Amino acid sequence: MSLLRVEGLGKKFGGLNAVEDLSFDIRPGAVYSIIGPNGAGKTTVLNLLTGVYRPSAGRVVFDGHDLTGRAPHEYARQGIARTFQNLQVFFNMSALENVMVGRHLHERCGLVSTLLRSRRVARAEDACREEAAELMRYVGLQNYLSAAADAMPYGALKRLEIARALATKPKLMLLDEPAAGLNPTEALELDGLIGRLTERGVTVVLVEHNMRLVMGVSDHILVLDYGRKLAEGPAMTIRNDPKVIEAYLGSAVAHDGPFGNAIASAVAVAVEMHR
Amino acid sequence: MLALAVIIGLLPLALSNNYFYDIAVLVGLNAIVCIGLNLLIGYAGQISLGHAGFFGLGAYGSAILASRYGWPPLAALLATTFAVAVLAFIVGRPILRLKGHYLAMATLGLGVIIFMVITTEDKFTGGPDGISVVPFRIGGLVLQDERIWYWVVGALLLLAVWLALNLIESPAGRALRALHSSEIGAEVVGINAANHKVMVFVISAVFASIAGSLAAHYSGFVTPGKVTFLHSIELVTMVVFGGLASTFGAVVGAAVLTTLPQLLTVFKDYEMMVFGAVMMGTMIFLPRGVVPSLARLLAARRKAAPDDKARSV
Repeated sequence: MSLLRVEGLGKKFGGLNAVEDLSFDIRPGAVYSIIGPNGAGKTTVLNLLTGVYRPSAGRVVFDGHDLTGRAPHEYARQGIARTFQNLQVFFNMSALENVMVGRHLHERCGLVSTLLRSRRVARAEDACREEAAELMRYVGLQNYLSAAADAMPYGALKRLEIARALATKPKLMLLDEPAAGLNPTEALELDGLIGRLTERGVTVVLVEHNMRLVMGVSDHILVLDYGRKLAEGPAMTIRNDPKVIEAYLGSAVAHDGPFGNAIASAVAVAVEMHR
Repeated sequence: MLALAVIIGLLPLALSNNYFYDIAVLVGLNAIVCIGLNLLIGYAGQISLGHAGFFGLGAYGSAILASRYGWPPLAALLATTFAVAVLAFIVGRPILRLKGHYLAMATLGLGVIIFMVITTEDKFTGGPDGISVVPFRIGGLVLQDERIWYWVVGALLLLAVWLALNLIESPAGRALRALHSSEIGAEVVGINAANHKVMVFVISAVFASIAGSLAAHYSGFVTPGKVTFLHSIELVTMVVFGGLASTFGAVVGAAVLTTLPQLLTVFKDYEMMVFGAVMMGTMIFLPRGVVPSLARLLAARRKAAPDDKARSV
């Protein structure tokens, strides 16, 4: 039983194949990481899985619904939420309002009762504000409950996007490089947060360069290189896959030997930290 | 909101003759248009350079139905408003796919087309000469006196402000502000950006159309002068001058830019130059528009005050 099934997915930009013939399955409850060198097509995959891009080939089936070619808001309606590598925070609002926007799908009320602000609408607003505040505390933003979004530091904005995505009550959450730009302490806290997401019953797809984070939280890893699947499997298998090490570090390091993999992992971590 | 009600309530004390009442009514009608336009431009971030067209359709629709066909003015107003809403809905969907300058061009074109139709269909509209309009009446009550109009328009202005504030502080209003800031961010939390843009476009067209209908009945005469591109620009200017994404800003912008030309008549030939200078000066020194800039200044001063106290202790 898979939550998300991707079949033969492809995306061309002009003559360039950004993603080519990609197929994978995501089972509910897992943390599924997509890694790969820069330009491997990871963000393109996320954009294809949220309707931001229309695929040139293949299908995206989520929870029994074929969503191929639909608009992003329809993906959200089915229960896919995401964060962005380059933040898409609503800077013209308060932090709390950002999260309240995330509850949009669950705040259906007619235009007339909205304009006249019926008592039901007013009550729903209070409940919405309360739930948004609760989500902000959940992701560790209790100090920013009355902050304007444009007055918040980068690390807090990353969490704000997670809270906003959570507010949609997703089944699947796609995190696009959540650790990028965070200091080591903040990045460490992210492990715990991702763990708590799965406890909530949210399946997580993680695109990340921070190998410590990826290796720490992932159940399953997909490695992309030049838009194609290079390897896929449980975290332990991937860590020791010579093809993966070669793609990341070049063939020289990927020799067999008692310390080869340990060195490769250490170098990979070092490389990622220097990025 | 309360402050605005008080101002509307107390203003007649300062209005010594019908000329002042006349200007106050014009301010109120412009403010209603600007409140709607501000929902579109200020909150949803979508430009329209054709709103004088909707104002004109409202005015001419009411004028033609009530004066030529003898409809009761209220029925004429409601039918016209409905027709304008339908038109805005049909036109809005393709137009609002466009962004920025292209949207500006498309709405400008829409306004020009409406102007052309009104000036050329002279069998109905009287062409460039315009047509006279019967006074507004509901049952036996006839609205003819400036003072009565003042209270009617004042009440409608308050209603418009209330509706706009309700919309802004609602899921739909947040959706508009969200898609203004990041359309993709709004889409991925489930907001149908296209639908919301069309919705606010229709609302703003309805506000303009109702104000147009009332203006026609109030002045007793409509000409294509209020349907021109220039009037569209005036409306946008009022919104920007008062402050984008500020409902009270829209009211202030309409008030200042409607009364200023009247006050500046003392400069005679230099009137337009002084008017331009005031506009430029305001935008340089209050770049977010009058209301948001002043609010920010006040907030900064309030924040600074406790610090001063702390230092002196």
